[in-house]
Amino acid sequence: MEKTVEIVDLSFTYPDGHRGLERVSLGIYSGENVAVIGPNGAGKSTLLLHLNGILRNNGAVRICGLPVQEKNLREMRRKVGLVFQDPEDQLFSLSVFDDVAFGPVNMGYAEAEVKQRVDRALEWVSMMGYGERSSHHLSLGEKKRIAIATVLSLDPDVLALDEPTSNLDPRSKWALIGLLKKLPMTKIIATHDLEMVRILCQRTVVLDGGRVVADGKTSDILGDVALLRAHGLAPSDD
Amino acid sequence: MKHSFIDEYSELDSLIHKLDPRTKLVVALAFVIAVVLTPITSWQAFISYFCVIVVSLVLSKLPLFYVLKRSLVVFPFVLMIALFIPFFKQGEVAGSYNIGLWQVSVTYSGLLVLANVVIKAWLCILSLILLSSTTKLADLLKGLQQFRVPQVIVLILSFMYRYIFVLADEVMRMKQARDSRNFGGRRLHQLKAIGNMIGTLFIRSYERGERVYAAMIARGFDGEVRTMRTLSFGRADAYFGIAFVLALIIPGVLWW
Repeated sequence: MEKTVEIVDLSFTYPDGHRGLERVSLGIYSGENVAVIGPNGAGKSTLLLHLNGILRNNGAVRICGLPVQEKNLREMRRKVGLVFQDPEDQLFSLSVFDDVAFGPVNMGYAEAEVKQRVDRALEWVSMMGYGERSSHHLSLGEKKRIAIATVLSLDPDVLALDEPTSNLDPRSKWALIGLLKKLPMTKIIATHDLEMVRILCQRTVVLDGGRVVADGKTSDILGDVALLRAHGLAPSDD
Repeated sequence: MKHSFIDEYSELDSLIHKLDPRTKLVVALAFVIAVVLTPITSWQAFISYFCVIVVSLVLSKLPLFYVLKRSLVVFPFVLMIALFIPFFKQGEVAGSYNIGLWQVSVTYSGLLVLANVVIKAWLCILSLILLSSTTKLADLLKGLQQFRVPQVIVLILSFMYRYIFVLADEVMRMKQARDSRNFGGRRLHQLKAIGNMIGTLFIRSYERGERVYAAMIARGFDGEVRTMRTLSFGRADAYFGIAFVLALIIPGVLWW
């Protein structure tokens, strides 16, 4: 089976010298749901930003066999839907419709197709009829859904989500988890929410200090209390 | 968080609301130009302008009290500039008063200038309130865009309108956090805290800008702004536009 996401030996240093990622290698197969967990500052978001080339290290990341490089960026951005943590950043247009249409319009689709894609994306996240609303006045749960719709409208092969459940109340959180479960594409979810990981992801990668420190079945990793403790993901003994 | 909107009543349903934003833009601009260029001495023209704007306001179903209240905004500025003109302008003296040592006199031509400024500013602001209250800002910006207003400006206005509420919320939270920690305190100390808040706000906005930009390029933005054209210029637009412009011209024809 072909790997949808293939990362080989990816290192990244921020301009201020701070080490973001160190020799990360990771292969993800089509249809897998992979959780990336780790303490704050472990490099989870940095890793996600490499998936569609917002940060890039030429050739270290391949999506569907294509290296993430300058000349492939357009294709990468269609294939990988990146959902940012704060929907306030993702929803920058004056209406929900404009936000969801932003990707398709940039891809140069015709008007009828853009409309159709927006409708379908809003339907996926159960937000039909919200097109003309302004995103500022939605609830956080609704904003998170619309943020997901803004990338679903591009029909991505890979969905990369940064902390999708952060700050949500339990009801919105479970609704969002239900929604993510329904979506068929490959998912990479950076999160601290181990409850969601248990339900949604078969596989878990633990990242700490920019390195992959564990990679395996979710049940194995979340069962390994010593490992979780060592990386600040479970309360320590005392 | 609830904020008052500049397009608070844009959701109403009326003849004016349904017009294409471009029609409204052109008509409002025409009105402003006509008002500004008409000499104040032809007062009949101003009565007819006033009637035009009142009829439009009634058609728009905007609450009149709201419009009046909003229109008062312009007066501090106008009065600050124009209030003293009657006292300094040379000409026939309308009245002269002795206040202690000073003698103050008001001239007719000065009063005329004051009336000129106040009436024109008020009529213009009424037309702009009508425009901005009956059109959603998003539509207004689309209209500007189709009139070839530079994309950068439209984009800046749109970001401004989108994020001004986010910023206001942020300021409010910072204030609450500050007030819950420093109760009272000396003036100088407070000023320092305000300075820090402004600095922090700037840095946060800057960082948000970077994140928003990342979210834009993540969806294929490459520096070129593409839009879908969804405005439609209908028959009602043509009728309204023609009627409005005729109403503007009639006084000129009648009283010249």
